[in-house]
Amino acid sequence: MRYSAWKIFWEGMTGNRGWKPVWREPEPKPEYDAIIVGGGGHGLATAYYLATVHGKTNIAVLEKGWIGSGNVGRNTTIIRSNYMLPGNEPFYELSMKLWEGLEQDFNYNAMVSQRGILNLFHSDPQRDAFVRRGNAMRLAGADSVLLDQDGIREMCPFLDFDNARFPIKGGLAQPRGGTVRHDAVAWGYARGADQRGVDIIQNCEVTGFQIENGVCTGVETSRGAIRAKKVAVCVAGSSGRVMAKAGMRLPIETHVLQAFVSEGLKPLIPGVITFGAGHFYVSQSDKGGLVFGGDIDGYNTYAQRGNLPVVEDVCEGGMAIMPMIGRARLLRMWGGVMDMSMDGSPFIDKTHIDGLYFNGGWCYGGFKATPASGWCYAHLLAKDEPHPVAAALRLDRFRRGAMIDEKGVGAQPNLH
Amino acid sequence: MIINHPLLGPRDGAEFTCLGDASLINRPDWQSTDADEQFYEYLYLRDNPAGMHRELWYHEYGDRSWLVVTRDTLTHDITKVELAVDVARREGRGK
Ligand SMILES: Cc1cc2nc3c(=O)[nH]c(=O)nc-3n(C[C@H](O)[C@H](O)[C@H](O)COP(=O)(O)OP(=O)(O)OC[C@H]3O[C@@H](n4cnc5c(N)ncnc54)[C@H](O)[C@@H]3O)c2cc1C
Repeated sequence: MRYSAWKIFWEGMTGNRGWKPVWREPEPKPEYDAIIVGGGGHGLATAYYLATVHGKTNIAVLEKGWIGSGNVGRNTTIIRSNYMLPGNEPFYELSMKLWEGLEQDFNYNAMVSQRGILNLFHSDPQRDAFVRRGNAMRLAGADSVLLDQDGIREMCPFLDFDNARFPIKGGLAQPRGGTVRHDAVAWGYARGADQRGVDIIQNCEVTGFQIENGVCTGVETSRGAIRAKKVAVCVAGSSGRVMAKAGMRLPIETHVLQAFVSEGLKPLIPGVITFGAGHFYVSQSDKGGLVFGGDIDGYNTYAQRGNLPVVEDVCEGGMAIMPMIGRARLLRMWGGVMDMSMDGSPFIDKTHIDGLYFNGGWCYGGFKATPASGWCYAHLLAKDEPHPVAAALRLDRFRRGAMIDEKGVGAQPNLH
Repeated sequence: MIINHPLLGPRDGAEFTCLGDASLINRPDWQSTDADEQFYEYLYLRDNPAGMHRELWYHEYGDRSWLVVTRDTLTHDITKVELAVDVARREGRGK
């Protein structure tokens, strides 16, 4: 079924009796050409692009809970391509281009809203660093605009420009950045993949891998064994414990990131705003809630909840740039577990086990990467060679000394 | 989280920062023939378990001691806290 304005009109006139479930609930088959482990944004996007770009449809996505129950449904929905290093920036810019055509492509309203992202700076050296980043973005074909204080006053008059400790001197904007309705991304990709014959199997936890003589030939699951020519793991925060079942240790630690939503307010915040002297970012959802977050908690955890010190830290960051936020009441908060890599950059690669592939290490920035991650992972699975823009995102880069460390803090996952 | 410091008693977790897996105490021998491989594993690879985890915490806003905390990464329950220096000596590191 194709969605359209006409379809909504027709269903409205006929009692909404013609809507059908958005995807099937198939039983697992004994064997597939490829199995994707993890029905988050990246897993579902991979299945979608395998089907649409590479014509491969004998594929299953195995999800231990329900699709969208992981980070794809927990994030603060920010998309941007304002990275700097050559191994990253072209990849994130491909993602931005895919976001721009996504809704037409998969015929689903994902509320892609390019309302812009603004990174504030508070000192002259920080301005220099942002100029450099803006130039690096432009070299990769992305957009960037440097704003002085007046330019920012025009957009966001409510900011605390004359804060005694961290005055706002200006900002680097990416007008094409913005927000996307996160669950709709999972649903849209799932529907598109399902329509082309991909089996999306929920409540099916992968509990082990079948590995014979260095070749992966299938998976053990809570719903029985399933054979496959290729097994593609894509489980974000669970990367460590899933790959341990294949005997692998990863350059990844699992940490928790919290997110916060205020009560609904009238339209207030024009796009996404980030604080440059602490860790705080905020946007406003279409329902009016302020959606904000900050740092990870900083210790290994698989519990999808955080602790109070970070709540305090995030709120202090908010008060420092926009004191009026102190009048808003918090509606809800939650946490998601994330795969923090040793250099803050992700992996899309084969493993040393034939037929076993790995996608992970997304840290707290993998939502914006969803389309390109699926696109490049599908390319790797279909052609057995990395996509050119993901060629640097390899598992062996630490052994080779080829880290992609945007922040320059070294092998310290809780600082990335 | 409350960390029961062996010298100071129960302290608020916010006084500490976490460095990560306590295996970082066991720095490889730089003179061994496969030192590069050992350092690669030491520095970059992690067990990252879902369950009991021994990890290094630094009492930054306190007495500046390093602790080895045994904590469940599924529940945040802390079952053991030791001075890192005691652990290191026991494991044959340092004097
Ligand atoms: C609070 C928060 C805020 C964030 N904000 C942003 C942001 O603003 N912008 C941004 O770009 N990124 C953000 N992120 C990061 C982003 O959400 C993640 O990097 C991204 O969603 C990870 O990819 P995914 O969607 O495939 O992960 P997930 O949705 O977590 O998918 C992984 C799936 O694997 C399943 N799984 C795990 N183990 C198994 C198993 N054994 N068998 C079968 N299935 C299994 C899980 O149930 C899960 O559904 C944020 C994350 C959080 C938690």
